[in-house]
Amino acid sequence: MQDKPLVIAGREFSSRLIIGTGKYKDYAQNAAALAASGAQIVTVAMRRVNVMNPDEPMLVDFINPKETVYLPNTAGCFTGEDAVRTLRLAREAGGWSLVKLEVLSDPKHLYPDMEETMRAAKMLIDDGFEVMVYCSDDPVFARKLEDLGCAAIMPLGAPIGSGLGLQNKVNIRLIVEQSSVPVIVDAGVGTASDATEAMELGCDGVLMNTAIAEANDPVRMARAMKHAVIAGREAYLAGRMAKKRYADPSSPLAGLI
Amino acid sequence: MKITLNGEPHTVEENTSIAGLLGELNIPLAKVAVERNLAIVPRSTFDTMILTPDDRIEIVRFIGGG
Repeated sequence: MQDKPLVIAGREFSSRLIIGTGKYKDYAQNAAALAASGAQIVTVAMRRVNVMNPDEPMLVDFINPKETVYLPNTAGCFTGEDAVRTLRLAREAGGWSLVKLEVLSDPKHLYPDMEETMRAAKMLIDDGFEVMVYCSDDPVFARKLEDLGCAAIMPLGAPIGSGLGLQNKVNIRLIVEQSSVPVIVDAGVGTASDATEAMELGCDGVLMNTAIAEANDPVRMARAMKHAVIAGREAYLAGRMAKKRYADPSSPLAGLI
Repeated sequence: MKITLNGEPHTVEENTSIAGLLGELNIPLAKVAVERNLAIVPRSTFDTMILTPDDRIEIVRFIGGG
């Protein structure tokens, strides 16, 4: 039984896992984790070239942008103007219009500044970008972002890098139920069961960075996440059994000797 | 003449193009994007765009991120 592909802004993906490229020991380990994860999209950041050391390793030499979709982010941007400026550079560097918008606020919790996120999303969409948007797990804002024309809604499961797992399953489910664009849990996944849980709620995908990069064995965790996302997706499509308050024997009682 | 390169003062010869600047710095053209005075420099104009005094140039590339 084939699942439908994940479709984001008209592009089809067979993997529902998106991984980050930050915090790894080096780009080689990052590339190995990517291969193990089966992910087809990686998030990337844009930063100044170190002009004193132009020979430093380049991400593009380890993860080929022709084979893996680069999803440039706006990490470190606190205003819509910053986000547009950063992503215009990313578009020129790589030619991509599919981007991840994140406008953060307080470094302590890295929650999205939703007012500025809304403004930035509008600016980017007006500029021709296809915007996958990191947002709070608030169904009201999620709806507004979809109405603006965002290509995917990406609510946080828990604070970025915390690994705490989904903190508000009710909200994630409400967002899934109301959305007609893909819903991808972005941030908060700590281990495989968290990713499975997100998929069981009906999310279209999961985006994670630290859960893989800071595992003792990132490549093995990447493989675990691949299976976790598939397992959760399959369970969601299969439709779980009803929960019951008491036991119900699996072996028939009739015909007992 | 003086320009600002990635936030730091930098000196270049007169009539240096963007491509010339990148070449001088040994930066591979295909792997970076360039902004001049807050406007994107299209890759197709790297050869023809000539730096002028006090230009603020940003050269960026992709790095790991979440």
